[in-house]
Amino acid sequence: MDDRVILRVGAKILIPFILLFALYVQFHGDYGPGGGFQAGVIFAAGFVLYALIYGLGNVKKVLPPQAVYICSALGVLLYAGVGYVTMALGGEFLDYGVLAHDAEHGQHRGILLVELGVLITVFGVMVAVFYAFAGRRRVDT
Amino acid sequence: MVEFVDITLLVLLGITAFSIIRQKNLFAAVMMMGIYSLLSAGLFVVMDAVDVAFTEAAVGAGISTILMLGTLALVGHSEHQPQHRPILPLFVVILTGAVLVYGTLDIPPFGDASNPAHHHVAPHYLEESEHEIGIPNVVTSVLASYRGYDTMGEATVIFAALVGVLLLLSLGPRPRRVFLNGRWITVAASEKDASEEGVENAQEDSVQASHEEEYLGDANG
Repeated sequence: MDDRVILRVGAKILIPFILLFALYVQFHGDYGPGGGFQAGVIFAAGFVLYALIYGLGNVKKVLPPQAVYICSALGVLLYAGVGYVTMALGGEFLDYGVLAHDAEHGQHRGILLVELGVLITVFGVMVAVFYAFAGRRRVDT
Repeated sequence: MVEFVDITLLVLLGITAFSIIRQKNLFAAVMMMGIYSLLSAGLFVVMDAVDVAFTEAAVGAGISTILMLGTLALVGHSEHQPQHRPILPLFVVILTGAVLVYGTLDIPPFGDASNPAHHHVAPHYLEESEHEIGIPNVVTSVLASYRGYDTMGEATVIFAALVGVLLLLSLGPRPRRVFLNGRWITVAASEKDASEEGVENAQEDSVQASHEEEYLGDANG
């Protein structure tokens, strides 16, 4: 671990930009290519890079497995929750028009929320699957 | 110019696919699969499907390569010599490929304006998205609003996939509780014998398990 200075410094420089780029992809998804799914994968890639350079133990201090599991369920709950809120406000399931005073603003708000739900779920699942794969020990045959 | 790019990408895809088949070193094969995904992403860009290309590049070339490498760290880098003759698998693959090619003879030409796909709900999405949803990227408005049910289903499928992976990989055999010397003790599942030695071994096991987290760094070194 000690002799890989270039990797460690390079990763340290890159990771903030990767996370920031993920947020850009998330919130720019209304205007250009991208959205919750891609943003979630890129956000997870930042943590995977950290794990590859600094080891799984260190990334688990930053992001405990429990938090990741909660994330992966929370995103789906947020998505479905938006659907139930629109029903409670008198619309149909996932009919975002009722979320604001006029239909177009409601659509904006709804899309923002469900894309956030997708981001949280995809991020959680990608990191959790990585933990599951990387946390196993080699079986000697 | 577009034809030139198409042909170049497809030839490179073919070369990459062929070398993955020939490759006996699994580490190299995984790297080639990453290249394959990146070339596919390039093809999607040529076909103006930038959102799909983005996903392919991030998932195919990024995360799945990492997961494959994580798997290789567990199972080793070299491919075993196959025990069977390749005639029957080759026949099945060629037959399936021929059926798939036969299937493409029926489909309408790519990008033709008179295709059935462009005459169902697509014109409504393209024309009304700006007034009904009000965001410039029609892909996002279809994905998150017009087809919101489908995307919720996708998110649920991804979550279900995680549950499957965790059930298969993360949860080992459950530790047993045994009644010993007047109190309940937890014994690791690998210990059949609930004697005092067994309990000591179980404690050693749990100490080893805490070192397990450092595994990844060791594997890279």
